Amino acid sequence: MTTTSWNHKDLLGIQDLTVDEINCLLDTATAFKQVGERAVKKVPSLRGKTMVNLFIEPSTRTRTSFELAAKRLSADVINITTSASSIVKGETLKDTALNLQALNTDIIVIRHSAAGAPHFLSRLLKASVINAGDGAHEHPTQALLDAFTIREKKGHIAGLNVTILGDILYSRVARSNIWLLTKLGAHVTLAGPSTLVPRVFEEFGCRVTHDIDEAIRDADVINLLRIQHERQRMTMFPSIGEYAAMFGLNKERFARTKPDAMIMHPGPINRGIEIDSEIADCGRSVILEQVTNGLAVRMAVLFLCAGGKHSPEGAE
Amino acid sequence: MSTAILMDGAALERALTRMAHEIVEHNPEPDSLVFIGIRTHGAPLAQRLATKVGAILKCEFPVGELDISMHRDDLALRNAPPQVGPSNITFDLTNRAVVLVDDVLFTGRTIRAAMDEISDFGRPQRIQLASLIDRGHRELPIRPDYVGKNVPTAAGERVRVRLTEIDGEDEVVIER
Repeated sequence: MTTTSWNHKDLLGIQDLTVDEINCLLDTATAFKQVGERAVKKVPSLRGKTMVNLFIEPSTRTRTSFELAAKRLSADVINITTSASSIVKGETLKDTALNLQALNTDIIVIRHSAAGAPHFLSRLLKASVINAGDGAHEHPTQALLDAFTIREKKGHIAGLNVTILGDILYSRVARSNIWLLTKLGAHVTLAGPSTLVPRVFEEFGCRVTHDIDEAIRDADVINLLRIQHERQRMTMFPSIGEYAAMFGLNKERFARTKPDAMIMHPGPINRGIEIDSEIADCGRSVILEQVTNGLAVRMAVLFLCAGGKHSPEGAE
Repeated sequence: MSTAILMDGAALERALTRMAHEIVEHNPEPDSLVFIGIRTHGAPLAQRLATKVGAILKCEFPVGELDISMHRDDLALRNAPPQVGPSNITFDLTNRAVVLVDDVLFTGRTIRAAMDEISDFGRPQRIQLASLIDRGHRELPIRPDYVGKNVPTAAGERVRVRLTEIDGEDEVVIER
């Protein structure tokens, strides 16, 4: 039997992964996607393991997706949210984590407003630590499910023109996507208002433009990011209406895209702001397939990180 | 390490033909027969057996592939996770007579995992086991219904089945 080259107990970000590791994750996800199509949508791979969803920042879809992924692998799941935990009593992240470890948990999925929080936990704990979003730093499983969807629909990623549109500055989805897509050989263009898409992003190896019509003209994939009201402490553009008019994907702009350009959005979508309602529901939109694929990708991540011993010697 | 040939292409072909006749003999109502091969090498063997049984009975049988990696019982003992692939069973298994096909029968743990997984695709009327090689050393109460060749082995030896579809030629070798 063949084993994978995967030898990490944690998934902290895309930045540290090799191309082989990314492909291993995507190939494993292909197998797990098929499990969702069976009569019994559950396999015993992580039977007896316990996973904690430690969400210090609100989330519905990512938390639900991780919870369902763990359950389909037969792991037990506990959800901890800030409001219902001792974090409101002043407990530090370190103490919360050590208490969870004392309960013999095997996997901790963490979302935190501070960049680097999962990395801190990974050094502290024996359990597998999975980053479900840390500040504006990384959201690796979102980038992996985006890549999985592109690969599934387009057959490959290398050479494709991918335009990421919208709030890049505050977006961990954008950063993880940029790292992943450039590693796999896509040409990445970032577009949006200059306040949200600064030129410094050219250092990531992508193109930056503030002309949306030019950015979408040759795109094979258009990934729209949500305008994050909650993360913007100052106004980065005059009004929501003006953003929609200047940078939203409306019908006129959509008509000028390539006929096979694919529309993606990590959700939740703001209909009528970054994307026109009809475009979100059209045949070229893969927004709901991204959700289905997210489950398969998260099953693959949990399986690979928690499915072996990952001892330092590596070999059997 | 020394290598000895256990079966050449012609012997392998004769064994499969005999197994196909045994399957026909033991399934007087063949309408419900389906063949499921355990990836990787069980899959082409299942296809060949289905073709041979089909040629005898002048009909076609559904053939599926099973990847059992997600159902293994040794995941927590392994250093690196196994490579998992998709299973490909596009038909309901409820009330079917499943012929489960693998290349080498050894501890029986793969077969246990395969039977667990098969039940996720429906409730078969019965499951029969066909294995090209039975090398002994069972760790579970599992026995094959159809065997190509019984090979007494030592625990440390390796039996390798090579098939044209995957390896470019038909051959069974033992590595000591």
